[in-house]
Amino acid sequence: MSTVDLTQELSVIEGKPPLRELDDLISKPIDAKASKKFYIALTISGSMLSLLVIGLGLTFYYGIGMWGNNIPVGWAFDITNFVFWVGIGHAGTLISAILFLLRQKWRTGIARFAEGMTIFAVMTAGLFPLIHVGRPWLAAYLFPYPNQHSIWVNFDSPLLWDVFAVSTYFIVSLVFWYVGLIPDFATLRERTTHKIKKIIYSIFGMGWRFSNKHWQHYEMVYLILAGFATPLVLSVHTIVSFDFAVSILPGWHATIFPPYFVAGAVFSGFAMVQNVLIIVRKVFNYEHIITLDTLEKMNKIMLLTGSMVGYAYAMEFFIAWYSGLPIERFTFINRAFGPYAWAYWIMISCNVISPQLFWSRKIRRTIPVMFVIAIFVNIGMWFERFVIIVSSLSRDFLPSSWHLFVPTYTDFMILIGSFGFFFTWLLLFAKALPVVSMAEVKATVTGSQPSHGGH
Amino acid sequence: MSGKILYSYTGIFDTPDQIIHAAEKAVEEGYTKYDVNTPYPVHGMDEAMKLKPSKLGYVALIFGLSGTLSALLTIWWMSAINYPIVIGGKPLFSFPAYVPIMFEVTVLSAAIMTVVAMLFFFFKLPNNSHPLHGTVYMKKVSADKYGISIQADDPKFSESSVRKFLESVHAAEIIPIYWDEEEINHQNKIFEPKFIVFLAAVALITSGVTYFSFNKLMYMVPFNWMMDQPKLSAQQSSPIFTDGFGMRQPVAGTVARGYMPYQFKGQSDIAGAKLINPIPVSKESLALGKTKFDIYCSPCHGYNADGASRLRGQFPNPPSLHSDKVRTWTDGRIFAVITEGQNIMPSYSSQLSVDERWAVINYIRALQRALNAKESDVQ
Repeated sequence: MSTVDLTQELSVIEGKPPLRELDDLISKPIDAKASKKFYIALTISGSMLSLLVIGLGLTFYYGIGMWGNNIPVGWAFDITNFVFWVGIGHAGTLISAILFLLRQKWRTGIARFAEGMTIFAVMTAGLFPLIHVGRPWLAAYLFPYPNQHSIWVNFDSPLLWDVFAVSTYFIVSLVFWYVGLIPDFATLRERTTHKIKKIIYSIFGMGWRFSNKHWQHYEMVYLILAGFATPLVLSVHTIVSFDFAVSILPGWHATIFPPYFVAGAVFSGFAMVQNVLIIVRKVFNYEHIITLDTLEKMNKIMLLTGSMVGYAYAMEFFIAWYSGLPIERFTFINRAFGPYAWAYWIMISCNVISPQLFWSRKIRRTIPVMFVIAIFVNIGMWFERFVIIVSSLSRDFLPSSWHLFVPTYTDFMILIGSFGFFFTWLLLFAKALPVVSMAEVKATVTGSQPSHGGH
Repeated sequence: MSGKILYSYTGIFDTPDQIIHAAEKAVEEGYTKYDVNTPYPVHGMDEAMKLKPSKLGYVALIFGLSGTLSALLTIWWMSAINYPIVIGGKPLFSFPAYVPIMFEVTVLSAAIMTVVAMLFFFFKLPNNSHPLHGTVYMKKVSADKYGISIQADDPKFSESSVRKFLESVHAAEIIPIYWDEEEINHQNKIFEPKFIVFLAAVALITSGVTYFSFNKLMYMVPFNWMMDQPKLSAQQSSPIFTDGFGMRQPVAGTVARGYMPYQFKGQSDIAGAKLINPIPVSKESLALGKTKFDIYCSPCHGYNADGASRLRGQFPNPPSLHSDKVRTWTDGRIFAVITEGQNIMPSYSSQLSVDERWAVINYIRALQRALNAKESDVQ
């Protein structure tokens, strides 16, 4: 039973660790006192977060005139950041839902963490449309509720679809994440000797008792949630792309946008998940749970989606030429050779060229190299949204109203601060909750399933 | 056994194969009230326990479809019935545009309701007072062991037979589980000081936060609802202009539209001779004249221009406009009175624009004719 059978798929978890050891390892960061490294990381992300607080304070006090946005560039860093962060979130749902439906067992080690990243990324993304409206405390106006104005929101507008898509995405991701956490809360509840921790775990574990009569329904619900989350994640970035594609602006008005945006979102999301996981497996000694094989598979997905994105760039250019529309042609030539050409070429080199290195198996399996490539991918994907939004807006139909966007220091504070917001949540999550699903990982260890089962 | 109430007999196993075997045997023995507890779902256990497939799929289907339908109906009612408004030339009921939101609501309601149904209706959670909690058994099956628990209320249950059964399937450990006396007899007291303090604190915090946010916070920067605006009010000074005035004079030698100055000041007879009513009698002008007459003239002259108003009996009595004098006046002469006032009557030039004054005059003429009709009007 313990000899390696080459006809079987390789085990997800390296070696055959006793189940209790897995519990110990996974709950170690929660039980142990936080290390110095953790506090250093928290200080850095906290400082970045305080930049966000200051930037938002300035924005609320003086108004969004503090940003570089000005007509015709009404959307700039804010919406760029929004699309960027929503995209980061997509990898988590892809890993937890789509790979679950496709029975990709290697997802178990990284699913919980990626789902957590989804939630924090969507929270970060949600900040931007809110602050972009200028008075976020009136954001309830975005929802159709009976009000004194006796008027309803505009259901024909992609911006409203976006409100529904992003809020649904956040809630469903949170529910999915919590459902996955319930058995782990129960395991923690049984492990802990700390009185207050026991109360907290009991509340969140809801008295889960590992009954097989429950597991049966639980697995069904997990399947249903995965089934719903899969079209949901595709719909979210599709609807985000509608914000642009439904308009009539050259450079935005393209039918390729939905698949192109979804591929880009998965691309950037996997890059971010890979970056963070490389650090996590090192810091928490999870090398045999989050294995090199898993990282290699993520790199393959990045190679695939990166090539799809590259194809979309080429196709946009082709269609601009093929359409015969002079304004469309101008927009794309302006993109590549106009005032924002530097951003365009950063995007091309980071997104199209750098992931092609993953064709080499050696690079796919070399951690420092793949780390750097993933960082490049993230930079490139941020610039992709910047190029699409700003370069198209700054050269609109009337040359007399052309205007170059110049970011202000508040813009940069909010951009850097959004990373602080995201990473602060992530660090607190890594300290407070099991970053790897104990129940799921245990179920995939060699020898953890009956040898003569009907499966 | 020491008066405690038995809940179940449990057996603990070390491998998944053993627990599958034990479950199969339990079914064979005819136990119905038993459960298997494993740290993760063990494949093949559902078949071994002969469990019926989960019905939660139907919950998802029902709530998903009702989400779709309610989204569609709500949007249709809002945008085509309750407040129909044409946007971008699209039909009031533009179905394709509603699909994204219908989809999102479907997913949202199905996902939430399925989980709610599972946790609260299927599992009856939260339940932290189940007898299995706080036992060695639970500690083991939550980590790395596999357990079967045969309940005491099973019709086939007897301590000796169950113990024998568990031994026959090679349980590594056999543990009886008892109801927790304290938990069974525990009752929450309403008048416990801790609870009352907790209630008071909740009440105080809730009302304090509500008061602060609605009565104070909403009036602070930046939440002050646009009350603080940099625009100039009338009579305010402004550093932009050299004379320091915020209000500006009109450009020299120009007249704003509709503000042509009155040329016959103090010369009402000349005005009567020279001014001609430029507004022809029409339904609209009479309607406007009636509105304005009822607002500005009727308080003294009465609704029928006969002086029958609440000011009658005062000195001087408000005059009737049906007198020969007023009836023989030209329109221009009446215009002069409205514009400049007469005796105790003040000028109405700031209340009534030039066109409105002529409209009022048209209406007065109609009132006069109603009381002193010509022969020709009778026909």
